[in-house]
Amino acid sequence: MADIDKEPVDATPNVTEVETVDAATEAEAVAAIEAPVAQGEPILQVRNLVKHFPLTQGILFKKQVGAVKAVDGISFDLYQGETLGIVGESGCGKSTVAKLLMTLERATAGEVFYKGQDITKLSGRALKAVRRNIQMVFQDPYTSLNPRMTVGDIIGETFEIHPEVAPKGDRRRKVQDLLDVVGLNPEYINRYPHQFSGGQRQRIGIARGLALNPEIIICDEPVSALDVSVQAQVINLMEKLQDEFNLSYIFIAHDLSIVRHISDRVGVMYLGKMAEIGTDTQIYDHPTHPYTQALLSAVPVPDPDARERRERIILSGDVPSPANPPSGCRFRTRCWKAEDKCATEMPLLAIPERFKSSDTPAAHESACHFAEEKDVVGAA
Amino acid sequence: MTTIDKTAEVPSARSGDDHVGPLLEVRDLHVEFHTRDGVAKAVNGVNYSVNAGETLAVLGESGSGKSVTAQAIMGILDMPPGKIPQGEIFFRGQDMLKMSYEERRQIRGQKIAMIFQDALSSLNPVLTVGYQLGEMFRVHQGLSKKDAKAKAIDLMDQVKIPAAAARVSDYPHQFSGGMRQRIMIAMALALEPDLIIADEPTTALDVTVQAQVMDLLAELQREYNMGLILITHDLGVVADVADKIAVMYAGRIVETAPVHEIYKRPAHPYTKGLLESIPRLDQKGQELFAIKGLPPNLLRVPTGCAFNPRCTMAQDICRTDIPALSPVTEQDGTELVGRGSACHFWKETIHG
Repeated sequence: MADIDKEPVDATPNVTEVETVDAATEAEAVAAIEAPVAQGEPILQVRNLVKHFPLTQGILFKKQVGAVKAVDGISFDLYQGETLGIVGESGCGKSTVAKLLMTLERATAGEVFYKGQDITKLSGRALKAVRRNIQMVFQDPYTSLNPRMTVGDIIGETFEIHPEVAPKGDRRRKVQDLLDVVGLNPEYINRYPHQFSGGQRQRIGIARGLALNPEIIICDEPVSALDVSVQAQVINLMEKLQDEFNLSYIFIAHDLSIVRHISDRVGVMYLGKMAEIGTDTQIYDHPTHPYTQALLSAVPVPDPDARERRERIILSGDVPSPANPPSGCRFRTRCWKAEDKCATEMPLLAIPERFKSSDTPAAHESACHFAEEKDVVGAA
Repeated sequence: MTTIDKTAEVPSARSGDDHVGPLLEVRDLHVEFHTRDGVAKAVNGVNYSVNAGETLAVLGESGSGKSVTAQAIMGILDMPPGKIPQGEIFFRGQDMLKMSYEERRQIRGQKIAMIFQDALSSLNPVLTVGYQLGEMFRVHQGLSKKDAKAKAIDLMDQVKIPAAAARVSDYPHQFSGGMRQRIMIAMALALEPDLIIADEPTTALDVTVQAQVMDLLAELQREYNMGLILITHDLGVVADVADKIAVMYAGRIVETAPVHEIYKRPAHPYTKGLLESIPRLDQKGQELFAIKGLPPNLLRVPTGCAFNPRCTMAQDICRTDIPALSPVTEQDGTELVGRGSACHFWKETIHG
């Protein structure tokens, strides 16, 4: 295992330069974090982010025998006020990305710039200020709420840690306001999570995420545990809140139709790398990466007629293990276009040469040697 | 209440008995659970039928009674607290609810098999998959361990597990999610049943794997000419494979229709709401249509139509009278084959 210590190659050389902020003191760092960002400017910039989980052997003398390369060099920007959707199959590293952005996990390498400051290197008050501004809504509303705490305590706990947001006497009213904002009855403040349905619990989770007036909310599969008829309610609520509080979302999900509905831009992940990223139209109507094409064609469409018209690409096999990913392009083991080049040379996430000069929607970043357009969804 | 058995002609059952009519017919089935908090009425008069070679999709949210109906058919309902106060389940014309335990055991696995949702928790983690697949042959056909293992390898080949002979001694955790689901399918297929009940077979899988598994299931169904009851909450999966659809809500079937019809012209406000709440291309940036409210608590099902508190079309009659599943017709009265809707205002829903 020679490549454990080796820096992963930057597969995304074409991202813009980050304007970094050099804060000499903690106070300056906090001031930079609290400074507002104009609509449409980058608020979060991820550069070559890597997370490897070590695999060890031995009990007394632990020896590293390899690493699960959960996230292996991804870069993207999140702009103020937009929604960036991240899609991919289970095990592709999308939830690890969420944890890294929350600084719940320490990155192995790479940087995450929040308003020009690298949050992977912050500590103390500055890190606390960042954490207040980046909040998360979790997937499973049944396990992410403490069953022994009332709703008031669950949402109010955030104010214990960040008392500057709400003074002590004001907290109860503030929690009730939040409940009202997410469409729950403010009188429910003394109830326990088990007294709520799944959709209501997810609203509590959203209220908790909103409590500290964050700028970014990372939503990790926020509706996949909910009933179909309730999903739309929660999606509508999230869109309403985005407009109301000027939030930026990172929306992680595997349901492609919901991601398309809510996202301004979409990134497709495969085995720890970004396969393709672009606006929703570019990704859904003009995908150039074979994996995106296969993913889109596999989505069950609730319309039997459209279903029969379109071409289906059924991938063979399963996602390879991230502990031992294929050389070169990670998708080559399941790809129908794979050639020798794919095994030796890792494709970079860049606008494909052939589309560079033209002004087609296919001209977006795609990490494939043989990127070409393929209309998989049919004449939709 | 009417039953749904008016579908296209299908080839007759392959095993040689002279029974005519549907392979499986559920008539007015009721299931209730007696709990400390009261009686939860999970299934309230369900009727459906499946022919050989036909796929019936049962669509519904959690708590709609779709899985409980399937468990009642399989005879694996926990009784108590479960109870079947009323109803009949005919398999090849015989009422299974009147059979003895031993007779039902003969049907279970050999004639009707079930595929469960979560393959990891449905397989025994301490036994090899070969042993678990072979168990079917050892118990039902009395084969030796060696023969059963050979049969298990055959089965794994059939469900396209690569290197079956090498993997037959592996344990469930050594397989990926899609492969485990294939093993569940292999297990259901083992004794070549006439009917397979698949309870959310692809819900726990990724979309690319989901497509593989659904394709395999459809292919095997054609090959063996089996009946298939597909239980799901995913409108997309249903559109793929089903011949006819029964939509369930609060323990009742609220709409039945052939698959192509239901997506074009739903005849029940609930089905319509579900279809409209799916994000569509042309609605980007707009608010999604959402069915307001929550599915009802089965301990306190609303009076009249169970959907009335969430329905946009609800009138006084909906709060007092339970609508029967009545046939749906064209505006001029022409019969629409296989369609039914349990709504007082189905005419307005489909034609309005």
